[in-house]
Amino acid sequence: MSRLKYIFACFGLLAFSLTGYSQTPTGMQPIKGGTLIPLYGLDSGKVWVDDFLLDIYPVTNEQYLDFVKKYPEWKRANAKSIFADGNYLSEWQSDLQLGTHMNPKSPISNVSWFAAKAYCACQEKRLPSVDEWELAARASETKANAENDSSFNTRIIESYETPNTYSKTVGSTYKNFWGIYDMHGLVWEWTSDFNSVLISGESRQDGEADRNLFCAGAAISASNLRDYAAFMRYAFRGSIKANYNIKNLGFRCAKSK
Amino acid sequence: MNTNYLKNILSLIFLISLFACQTQVNSTEQYICPMKCEDHKTYDHPGTCPVCKMDLVKVSSLEAPILDEDGISEESIFNLQSEWKTQDNESIHLTDLKGKVLVVVMIYTSCEAACPRLVADMRNIYSKVDDPNVDYVLVSIDPEKDTPEKLKTYAQEEHLEGDQWILLQGKLDDVREFSNVLSMKYKKISPIDFSHTNIISVFDKQGVLQHQQEGLGVSNDKLVQKVKALSEE
Repeated sequence: MSRLKYIFACFGLLAFSLTGYSQTPTGMQPIKGGTLIPLYGLDSGKVWVDDFLLDIYPVTNEQYLDFVKKYPEWKRANAKSIFADGNYLSEWQSDLQLGTHMNPKSPISNVSWFAAKAYCACQEKRLPSVDEWELAARASETKANAENDSSFNTRIIESYETPNTYSKTVGSTYKNFWGIYDMHGLVWEWTSDFNSVLISGESRQDGEADRNLFCAGAAISASNLRDYAAFMRYAFRGSIKANYNIKNLGFRCAKSK
Repeated sequence: MNTNYLKNILSLIFLISLFACQTQVNSTEQYICPMKCEDHKTYDHPGTCPVCKMDLVKVSSLEAPILDEDGISEESIFNLQSEWKTQDNESIHLTDLKGKVLVVVMIYTSCEAACPRLVADMRNIYSKVDDPNVDYVLVSIDPEKDTPEKLKTYAQEEHLEGDQWILLQGKLDDVREFSNVLSMKYKKISPIDFSHTNIISVFDKQGVLQHQQEGLGVSNDKLVQKVKALSEE
């Protein structure tokens, strides 16, 4: 029943968007599935990822503004605190105005997981899973899997060290093997199951007590510690909560095939 | 003709006086010290607090939580729209649980390590609190396997019987969303096993998270106290 409501709501949106002006939704590219060895993973070490579609660019400020216009419940003033903390769209001038210094074509950030999830759902898309995101992100310009390409890995690390990349325009970094832009170099991105990373139960606590929080010890053993960039991403995912809104954290949407 | 007119006027006056009376009742506003120097003591008239000398404020201005049109607080889990199945195969929304204190844990029934201890802790809390106005909710993180039938059997095996025990199966997405509300983490690590954080959460009657107990083998005294206090509110 609730799904039906959702569909109706999205239908309403569609009808509305046909009458009003609207941004063209981001195009998608197919990603070929395959096996992946996540940094923290299954007992067997490998996961299978099915074929899926992924947005070519991260969602931009102007696209998100459009979404907020159509979905007033996601205006800064209306977003419920259980879904988004006080930093939600904190750089905007007002409910329906980007900040003066903001580039409309740079990736949206300061959005919570709940907001990102709602955005994708209303495009009839969804957030990619951690495994899907990592599969797409391991492609360099020329290789589908550049995990062992040290210059590619070095570039990623360097991009993490560059400040204020969130204000760049989408598409300004490299286009990867699948035709996807900006997987590294602009913002970190939300994933549907980001909270599946169990590095610590609660990052504010430390020490022995944390072990009690875990059901299985598999979470502790990372599979490829050489992959420092991946380690940073997983650590970041492990340290955030779904209602957080962070300046260098945006998202893009995915779709099953 | 004239008497009719009079009658009309009289009934109008009567009606107005009815409403006037109504508003008068509503306007009896209570006043309280903003620092709560005298705990919850309230006054009928504005004035200053005898302890800290601050101006008294209206009780409504202080205690009214931010509510939306349905009277649900912004921080309430009742804002979640998801639909769930109980162990009796009934469809419910979280708002259906409104009005009772909720003690919530996320588990999966084929779990052999931590979950039995978590469930034992839930039973222990249940008997310590001993209050029919508290519900105990177990949400499965493995909804693909934990069907209502399976949850029913599990409840019987674990002696989670009576109306106060609610076991829920949801859609994968909705379970993930719910876990994010609890800041609870989990990951499927094999076809039968999950790793997950062990957290028991307490929600007040309005669905707002009030307390979390993390870890296994920790004392539940604080949680029990909290539940009792919330139930009396």
